[in-house]
Amino acid sequence: MELFKSLIVILLSSVLVNNYVLSRFLGICPFLGVSKKLDQATGMGIAVTAVMLLATAVTWPIQKLLLEKIGLGYMQTIVFILVIAALVQMLELLLKKTSPSLHKGLGVYLPLITTNCAVLGVAINNINDGYDFLQSMVSALGVGLGFLLAMVLFSGLRARIDETNIPKPFRGLAITLIAASFISLAFMGFAGIVDTLFA
Amino acid sequence: MKNNNLSVLFKGILKENPVFVLVLGTCPTLATTTNVVGAFGMGIAALAVLLCSNILISLLRKIIPDSVRIPCYIVIIAGFVTMVEMLVHAYFPKLYEMLGVYLALITVNCIILGRAEMFASKNSVFRSALDGIGMGLGFTLALVAMATVREVFGNASFAGIAIPFFEPYKIEVLTKAPGGMLVYGLLIALVFALTHGKAPVKKSFVCEGCPHVEHCRTGCLSEAAVAEEGGAQ
Repeated sequence: MELFKSLIVILLSSVLVNNYVLSRFLGICPFLGVSKKLDQATGMGIAVTAVMLLATAVTWPIQKLLLEKIGLGYMQTIVFILVIAALVQMLELLLKKTSPSLHKGLGVYLPLITTNCAVLGVAINNINDGYDFLQSMVSALGVGLGFLLAMVLFSGLRARIDETNIPKPFRGLAITLIAASFISLAFMGFAGIVDTLFA
Repeated sequence: MKNNNLSVLFKGILKENPVFVLVLGTCPTLATTTNVVGAFGMGIAALAVLLCSNILISLLRKIIPDSVRIPCYIVIIAGFVTMVEMLVHAYFPKLYEMLGVYLALITVNCIILGRAEMFASKNSVFRSALDGIGMGLGFTLALVAMATVREVFGNASFAGIAIPFFEPYKIEVLTKAPGGMLVYGLLIALVFALTHGKAPVKKSFVCEGCPHVEHCRTGCLSEAAVAEEGGAQ
């Protein structure tokens, strides 16, 4: 039960409180770039979640069982980014061969994910936070779901922005960022909610 | 030629400012600008990585095979990032704590890969170094400018030194996450208004706006490269 509780706390806090996009500023680029349409936003969110889970499942054992055992902990950044890049490529190949329809839906987003800082960020943060393997996986799932949630919410907001008349200097990126700031403001309301959940 | 070199150096500072005009590297821009010291440290760290990677990539531009250049660039950049990370950890432990994971995330900063692909892979070592310095300075300046706004109005201090009489008027939310996006959005609008829209405005950003999108889509990370890689395996 204690384990279950801690996992729920990790999951909820990474979805709501420490939402990577809205409060930690990781993965901002796809958040701003691919959130114009709901279907694209959903596709990107799911692809990112999948890659995060996969990346954590591979990088955690590499760090703990390989790098730390032979004293190469400082090689973390190089090894992780290479592993993630290779994973993304392999996933794309695999999807293409096994499920062309899924590849059509998600595959287009995969190349963009390689240099997504949220994926590298979650892999590194899981190590820094001292999570064990199960906690790391739950945290990766939570971060991915949080990303998906932020993308979906934001795509709805952007559809409304498109219909309004905005002063010229604010058109484009400026108003998008300001809108994102309001969503982020709303998410600040979740702060502390998880700590009191089991109190 | 001399003029030309100067323009290479200065274009990164204003005309092609990576943060406000090219809109690259948004994540560190938003995350590390809560105070001036952190922003300056981040800018200098990125400048160091950018300069070193630009020089090395320019030196190796005739050796690295075209089909695997992006992975090569990423390894070079990650190597320099690791070095910078260790140096900062050793000599500026406070800054290291402040920047945290964002220091390692310089690896995936669009600016550095973008400059490698756009400039260093096509230009001489000297010009690449100038470009690295210019872009790095532009990045640093933009970060410091944004951090100044956020720290002065959000925390009533500058570089950690409290500003007298300003304390009761501080807007604390500016130092939090929403404030970062708000200030960034306002500053982009301000830059647009000041330049009367002469700065190249990007209709859309990220993939479409990213300088290496063409290569990203058609080069290394695309179907052709995947097919190639599959063939190699």
